[in-house]
Amino acid sequence: EPGSSEDSAEPKMAGADGDDSLYPIAVLIDELRNEDVQLRLNSIKKLSTIALALGVERTRTELLPFLTDTIYDEDEVLLALAEQLGNFTMLVGGPEYVHCLLPPLESLATVEETVVRDKAVESLRKISQEHSPVDLEVHFEPLVKRLASGDWFTSRTSACGLFSVCYPRVSSTVKAEIRQHFRTLCSDDTPMVRRAAASKLGEFAKVLELDYVKSDIIPLFTALASDEQDSVRLLAVEACVSIATLLPQEDLETLVMPTLRQAAEDKSWRVRYMVADKFSELQKAVGPEITKNDLVPAFQNLLKDCEAEVRAAAANKVKEFCENLPEDGRETIIMTHILPCVKELVSDTNQHVKSALASVIMGLSTILGKDNTIEHLLPLFLAQLKDECPEVRLNIISNLDCVNEVIGIRQLSQSLLPAIVELAEDAKWRVRLAIIEYMPLLAGQLGVEFFDEKLNSLCMAWLVDHVYAIREAATCNLMKLVEKFGAEWAQNTIVPKVLGMANDPNYLHRMTTLFCINALSEACGQEITTKHMLPVVLKMSNDQVANVRFNVAKCLQKIGPVLDNNALQTEVKPVLEKLAADQDMDVKYFAQEAISVLALA
Amino acid sequence: MDTKDVEIYLVFNALRNVPAPEQAELFLRKLQQCCTVFDFMDTLSDLKMKEYKRSTLNELVDYVTVSRGYLTEQAYPEVVKMVSYNIFRTLPPSDSNEFDPEEDEPTLEASWPHLQLVYEFFIRFLESQEFQPSIAKKYIDQKFVLQLLELFDSEDPRERDYLKTVLHRIYGKFLGLRAFIRKQINNIFLRFVYETEHFNGVAELLEILGSIINGFALPLKAEHKQFLVKVLIPLHTVRSLSLFHAQLAYCIVQFLEKDPALTEPVIRGLLKFWPKTCSQKEVMFLGELEEILDVIEPTQFVKIQEPLFKQISRCVSSPHFQVAERALYYWNNEYIMSLIEENSSVILPIMFASLYRISKEHWNPAIVALVYNVLKAFMEMNSTLFDELTATYKSDRQREKKKEKEREELWKKLEDLELKRGLRNDGIIPT
Repeated sequence: EPGSSEDSAEPKMAGADGDDSLYPIAVLIDELRNEDVQLRLNSIKKLSTIALALGVERTRTELLPFLTDTIYDEDEVLLALAEQLGNFTMLVGGPEYVHCLLPPLESLATVEETVVRDKAVESLRKISQEHSPVDLEVHFEPLVKRLASGDWFTSRTSACGLFSVCYPRVSSTVKAEIRQHFRTLCSDDTPMVRRAAASKLGEFAKVLELDYVKSDIIPLFTALASDEQDSVRLLAVEACVSIATLLPQEDLETLVMPTLRQAAEDKSWRVRYMVADKFSELQKAVGPEITKNDLVPAFQNLLKDCEAEVRAAAANKVKEFCENLPEDGRETIIMTHILPCVKELVSDTNQHVKSALASVIMGLSTILGKDNTIEHLLPLFLAQLKDECPEVRLNIISNLDCVNEVIGIRQLSQSLLPAIVELAEDAKWRVRLAIIEYMPLLAGQLGVEFFDEKLNSLCMAWLVDHVYAIREAATCNLMKLVEKFGAEWAQNTIVPKVLGMANDPNYLHRMTTLFCINALSEACGQEITTKHMLPVVLKMSNDQVANVRFNVAKCLQKIGPVLDNNALQTEVKPVLEKLAADQDMDVKYFAQEAISVLALA
Repeated sequence: MDTKDVEIYLVFNALRNVPAPEQAELFLRKLQQCCTVFDFMDTLSDLKMKEYKRSTLNELVDYVTVSRGYLTEQAYPEVVKMVSYNIFRTLPPSDSNEFDPEEDEPTLEASWPHLQLVYEFFIRFLESQEFQPSIAKKYIDQKFVLQLLELFDSEDPRERDYLKTVLHRIYGKFLGLRAFIRKQINNIFLRFVYETEHFNGVAELLEILGSIINGFALPLKAEHKQFLVKVLIPLHTVRSLSLFHAQLAYCIVQFLEKDPALTEPVIRGLLKFWPKTCSQKEVMFLGELEEILDVIEPTQFVKIQEPLFKQISRCVSSPHFQVAERALYYWNNEYIMSLIEENSSVILPIMFASLYRISKEHWNPAIVALVYNVLKAFMEMNSTLFDELTATYKSDRQREKKKEKEREELWKKLEDLELKRGLRNDGIIPT
């Protein structure tokens, strides 16, 4: 058999199966050309199968030229094609032949639709790694050059993403050319191309030799950061992080800082927003000294920015910024420079700003320690706990653990309780849902006594909420509480209340009893389940509402594994058998299912 | 605040109260005064000064409207400076997180009491009989235009309306800026289509383009054709198409009236971007297509009829009755009917299967009734072909089913092959 002695890791030609005519290319190509887009799309998604059927040689000589020539299709089909070709190396015969994939991908990298182009670039980046250094210079780099000097902006945009993958592996002459092309694109006439170049500036800087970072990248960075379009300038801020990381400390002041300072005060809020958003990364990249001298005042300004958007982005970074300050002098900087701004933000006019702050402010307590927290932060927490916006209150409550570690939660509990109660009764069910999710955490921090006294009744009230999602969450909450406080606690506090609902006139509440039992039986253990829960469940099998009855069947199936065999045989089995003969179809179905799952047949 | 702020505190005489020779100088002083920009978000600050500036602006508006001989060469830079100081600003972030122009109320510009007068003044200035573009072009340059275009993203429709007039005047008077303006509009549209899908002033820019296209000389330059195919057609893909579709369709039809040879690429483009999941957009596409068919030349129609009617046949059998209905309305259009009739031997076979099926199974009785009319029309047009298609309908469907089955088998074989190879490569089946 021809081919059988070859390396079996390489896919063979169709001929290996002894029937070359089985998959004539025409038939396969017909599939790729089908009039119905969906069928065309399906065929493209299985392109690897087609290639496999054709074998590596015909894939190279017939399939790829066909794909290259007929690239005019719906973007959806092109997207699938671009993705497929990134994984085609083995199907064309391995790295030796990988350059065959370049022509179709080159065309795809020039189409209008961004998602197609991006996917083509992604695939090109992937297969660039499979090129030998020679092939990279002979085949890949010329492609990059062609794209970089294309007429329409799309090809130049795509080129931006390819420089960094070939640069490290080519000769110094070619390297110089690549740098030149990148320079040209950074000052392209179309803002789309400048944006693409700006967004790849950091990535490109990383593969350049340090001298070229200084001589080439810095001027480009400076130019892009003062572009006439703010959409370009803000991308330069992102690049700033990578560039600053590459440069030695002593060069930062002259090469990077003037631009960064300018960006932090840009007249466009979008650029300032970007600075705020990247602040932690920038801080790490420029190091402690510059942070102390430059970034602290810049950060203060961002926290006081006139646009709420910018203030919110900066507020989000308060904790990280403080955490990353150099340890000597950290406390002083926070107390004298940051905290006054934070205090202002607590009563900001914009709720997004307040809620961004509320999501991080508690983290300051670990940094500032017990005394400062009590004296300076506590009043802020308390103010936020009383904020008119529920999201602000929720964010404080959800981060209580940080304060708990430093000063204990007792300091807060006086104010906490009214805040929790108010959220628990909020008119928006999503707010109620959010607070329920924090209950187990709060219970753990506040302790069982406080919980029983103040919060238990809330947890029970949620069980009869008129929104199902709340009742469901309340059920799950009970389970977590039992896991925390133990079976004995459950038996004394919640089980009687849960079982009491079995007699409620509202069938939805009766079902809640069953759902609770589903959730609690395992945590409560065999004794409580058999002695207290099972009798109630069995009794409910006589309920007049079919939904309750089939939930009894489901419930028995669920708690069955917790019960002993005796209870199963003598108590559960007869009831399930009775339900299996119920007149309601669903009840029958679930009863039979329970019988078979519990192996009671 | 800059040094000119001092000036605002000087209350000048009204222009009409000073002798003519002194008016030009006072005009300049007042322009400089109006460079001061006030914070309108703070409704309580500088109330007196705001009122003073408002009345000054009003006075300036009147002055450029009626006065003669006021436009000294020194006035040009001062006018442009005053306008720039007031209107050029970074637009604030939208109040609602995901501003939906169809649903949400736009945020109105707080400084409108001043802004409106500045725009009003600028338009009167541009329209004044004394206005000399040759002097103004030193100040109304590319950078000025670029900033002006950015403002079209304003959420305030009143501002966009003024901007439209301003840009139109500038395009009309500054020949040297025309190509630049068109190119920058291109860039805005491309960013809108391929990057952000957000720009509030698309409809206004298209409206201006509508009249620009109208004025294109024949034969059309390659640049203009490229604009049509690479920018205007892709604009159809945007989610918020309904907000500017009327203006867009107008531009497209303008192009086709200029150069009918563009019909084929345009229709092919629309077919390529035909909406697949949005019936509302599909209805808009059908409407636009009808506008195009209204002006199509018969020779062009023949070139495009096959792919076109394949799409129409899909629309006719759409389960969404508004789509089906909109497509079936084509048969009420006399000109389209005449084109269909001339080419019935090509179109009827394309349409027949869908119509025949829909006449039996569409859920909406109104659609079924419309389909009957269309079938009747076809029968009258070409009864021989109609009978033939009716007779072969069943066998055609069977042939299709058979083909379908063959395809399934082919793929099954291919998958078996893949599986076998996969197993062999894993060393499970020895070779």
